Amino acid sequence: MTALPDQFQDWFSRRGWDIHPHQQDMLDRAADPALLLIAPTGGGKTLAGFLPTLVELAAGQHTGIHTLYVSPLKALAADIKRNLRTPVDEMGLAIRIEDRTGDTSATQKKRQRADPPHILLTTPESLALLVSYEDAPRMFAGLQRIIVDEIHALTESKRGDQLMLALGRLQTLAPGLRRVGLSATVEDPDAIAKSLAKHPNPCVILQADPGPDPDINMLVTEEQPPWAGGGAAYAIPAVLEQVRQHKTTLIFHNTRAQAEIFFHNLWLNNTDDLPIGIHHGSLSREQREKVEAAMVRGDLRAIVCTGSLDLGIDWGDVDLVVQIGAPKNVKRLIQRIGRANHRYNAPSKALLVPANRFEVIECIAALQAAKAHDLDGDPKGPGPRDVLCQHILITACAGPFAADDLYAEVTSVGAYANLTRAEFDDCLEFCATGGYALRAYDKWKRLQKTNGLWHLRDPRATRNIRMNIGTIQDTDTLKVRFRGSFKPLGEIEEGFAASLTPGDTFLIGGRIVRYEGLREMTVEVSRNAAKKPKIATFMGTKFATSTQLQARILRMFRQDDWPNLPPHTNEWLHLQRVVSKLPEADRILVESFPHDDRAHTVFYGFAGRNAMQTLGLLLTQRMESLGLNPLGFLATDYATMVWGLDQVTDPAALFAPEDLRDGFETWLKGNAVMKKTFRASATIAGLIERNLPQSRKTGRQATFSSDILYDTLCKYDPDHLMLQITREEALRGLVDFGRIEEMLNRTNGRVDHVVRDRVTPLAAPLLLEVGRIPIAGEGRERLIADETRRLMDASGLNKIEVPPSRPKRRAQGEAALKSRFVWGRNNP
Amino acid sequence: MNACHDFSLSGVAVSALASGALWLPEAQTLCVSDLHLGKSDRIARRSGFLLPPYETRATLDKIDQLLEQLNPRQVICLGDSFDDLSAAESLDETEKLQLTRQQAGRDWVWIEGNHDPGPVELGGRHVNELTLGKLVFRHIAIAGSVGEVSGHYHPKCNVGRGGTRPAFLADQSRIIMPAFGAFTGGLRGTHPTLRSLMAPDAIAVLTGKHALPVPFAATT
Repeated sequence: MTALPDQFQDWFSRRGWDIHPHQQDMLDRAADPALLLIAPTGGGKTLAGFLPTLVELAAGQHTGIHTLYVSPLKALAADIKRNLRTPVDEMGLAIRIEDRTGDTSATQKKRQRADPPHILLTTPESLALLVSYEDAPRMFAGLQRIIVDEIHALTESKRGDQLMLALGRLQTLAPGLRRVGLSATVEDPDAIAKSLAKHPNPCVILQADPGPDPDINMLVTEEQPPWAGGGAAYAIPAVLEQVRQHKTTLIFHNTRAQAEIFFHNLWLNNTDDLPIGIHHGSLSREQREKVEAAMVRGDLRAIVCTGSLDLGIDWGDVDLVVQIGAPKNVKRLIQRIGRANHRYNAPSKALLVPANRFEVIECIAALQAAKAHDLDGDPKGPGPRDVLCQHILITACAGPFAADDLYAEVTSVGAYANLTRAEFDDCLEFCATGGYALRAYDKWKRLQKTNGLWHLRDPRATRNIRMNIGTIQDTDTLKVRFRGSFKPLGEIEEGFAASLTPGDTFLIGGRIVRYEGLREMTVEVSRNAAKKPKIATFMGTKFATSTQLQARILRMFRQDDWPNLPPHTNEWLHLQRVVSKLPEADRILVESFPHDDRAHTVFYGFAGRNAMQTLGLLLTQRMESLGLNPLGFLATDYATMVWGLDQVTDPAALFAPEDLRDGFETWLKGNAVMKKTFRASATIAGLIERNLPQSRKTGRQATFSSDILYDTLCKYDPDHLMLQITREEALRGLVDFGRIEEMLNRTNGRVDHVVRDRVTPLAAPLLLEVGRIPIAGEGRERLIADETRRLMDASGLNKIEVPPSRPKRRAQGEAALKSRFVWGRNNP
Repeated sequence: MNACHDFSLSGVAVSALASGALWLPEAQTLCVSDLHLGKSDRIARRSGFLLPPYETRATLDKIDQLLEQLNPRQVICLGDSFDDLSAAESLDETEKLQLTRQQAGRDWVWIEGNHDPGPVELGGRHVNELTLGKLVFRHIAIAGSVGEVSGHYHPKCNVGRGGTRPAFLADQSRIIMPAFGAFTGGLRGTHPTLRSLMAPDAIAVLTGKHALPVPFAATT
């Protein structure tokens, strides 16, 4: 056992603390090349990570940078800086601690490169930028340790891949570098350990005492949850009562839109004027900081929030976490609950509030999973190649490199361990020449090879490459502000803004505002006293229910009775069993019934929202070709409902896997999701410029949509690397075809078709769901044509237009026009 | 639905095609604007971004289709045909050959644009502007002129919730053409410059699959 130096021992004693066992473990294993600590929040995790650093630095021998700390949030870096100062100052240690994020001033950044502090706190993006500088070898030469905080959150995204590639680089610059990961409870610590360690080195996993099991329950209300919807407005009085009974409550929502609506309704019912705030990613930084500061001061009794508070600053006084809507994922639920009662060894308290009847079942399944410590998560695929392309360009910015060396370095990163040399060379070729099959950039290569080393053709390119660093996808958002004011209220998605017409009202930051117009890419609004917004609000991410949770729900359906479900839900399931049947894991249940003069068919696939949506698009496409005239569909986490003019008689045929896959290939190419994915990957890989706010603001003719690039590549270079990457990404992400495959495999053609003369109990909520998707295509064209014709007629411009006398065309042209065009006026 | 929209400018019959080209049936003249050939090459040269180098091919393929359908006597390229003068030199042999084939047997006019203010070493004649009967073809509209066909602004308009599409703008005195080149963006029709150039009763003809006329004032 490594004994704590006296000054540390004294400091612990003065505070009346004992060193936690896992803190001692970290100290004992300080020499390990890689260590992963799994600890609940509030367990002294940060100190455990930094203790070996402080001990080593206390000796006073080290000059230059000793420890890099990387966290997913800028705010966390700033918070840690404050928290670390306490022990350092109280022990009188001469240790310099600084943070470096996007918010750090340019002078400060420059100084940090010339004279780095002992401990530098940063984010993956700022680190990638540091690695791209020519002086990186000098700056990091003495680096001893790197601490990756909240590593579980980072490894879920491309930010983690980028960070680990940067770590590979740092390890080359400082071979003695030791890696430490700090993680919340996760389902697969081994996977995180593998991604952290230098491949194929082992990584010891230390587990802190997880503390007592959380105290989780479903909120029981007098009022029954509604059949459909996600707002949980019925539970407002009960939630307010809970807020009253606790010191501080965090009220988590799955989407920003739901958070806004709930917050609005909460205030309408908040007769005691309890101080309640709202916090989510679409609010302006100023707004969020205000709420955070109020929280730290203890001024707030509750915060309505989303994933934006999943990580971050330790809110010591939170004694209740409320989750509105079924937790779509048990791991996230456990991590959210961990936000309450950060005092070590006190159970966290949480309440689940189902938003509708089906979510009652989901909540019960989640409670059981949480009790059984059955966490969910999908295995992560291999390291994405778009991130690798960016890393190659970053490496080139720092100086010339040999392809063999870089390949060895990249494959020392766990996620890229299985990257083949051919795949690597494709990425290198893409960075150098664009990798196009039909036409090469001979003169204007980005990278050139001289004397066996790759380097930038034009050193000025470093500027563009550095500006493009990062993997966070900028959704196209527009700032919202009151007319005549400069203070931003928050942001809304461009697509949502485009759907607004002056006079529309929507919610932002808990306020109802009226849309006035667009001005220089800013949405101008005015105050509005309406009680109910006309349009709900922007979209935000929708999580799909995890595979594990859905399997649990399907297992629940096998029970004869459900004594642990509330009576209303219990009766509902029994009724479904009488009228039709309950879905089973190894069969697909299909129900058909007429409703409102339309033939309705419901497919219970239990594959999660994204996959069920994809399934809806595929099935309606198949139905269209079979002449069943589908008119639209709707997808939820567990079912897809299609309505149309004709009754489905043979659903099994619709599910023929081969046909479904073929249809998928054609459908995928022209899909909007692909274009969206292409834009994200092309930006990361350095093919196109990051959509900077200042360049978009000008709306110059020079900027054009990346959709055009996608279409051009599909037409002229269908095997291009970027299209391969796009496909991989879309399949993993929004399209989620993997879960459709999983569904096809587990049901293996076993389809039960139940035909009834009216809606079945389980399908009934679907009729009330929002988010109906009309079948697009020529129909949409026709709608626009009708609209333009109507406007022309209404304006009277039709009458002014003097139809030209029809002149003679050259014979050939005339014939061609007649055959190709519907040559006509505006009047049909 | 319409593959083109017929109207007249200064008494001359014109047809705005869904592809974004203008057809003058009487003169058998086809007019295209803002081709921006060689744009990817210029971007690579200037900024290092290596966009798919297929925009020249894609644009020329689109022109091929129109030539086959209409067999025009004359083709007018209304300026900014090349993304810059060096871009014109960057065309590869296949592309140059395709262009030469297109020029064969017809009068091919390059009008100067702000991107390509000088002659290029390719066939066709090179002029600052061209007068054809009552119409004048120039790259940038001049306020107060009549019978003017111009390009330059790449106008695009939105109707309802259909999303923006490249559009012709037309009133009694002028037509502003949409950009025909594959890699071209556009200037929103709501921009003050476009609003002030066009008369209040102007129409916009949206392009794409169909040519859809709509009051310019009603577009967003």
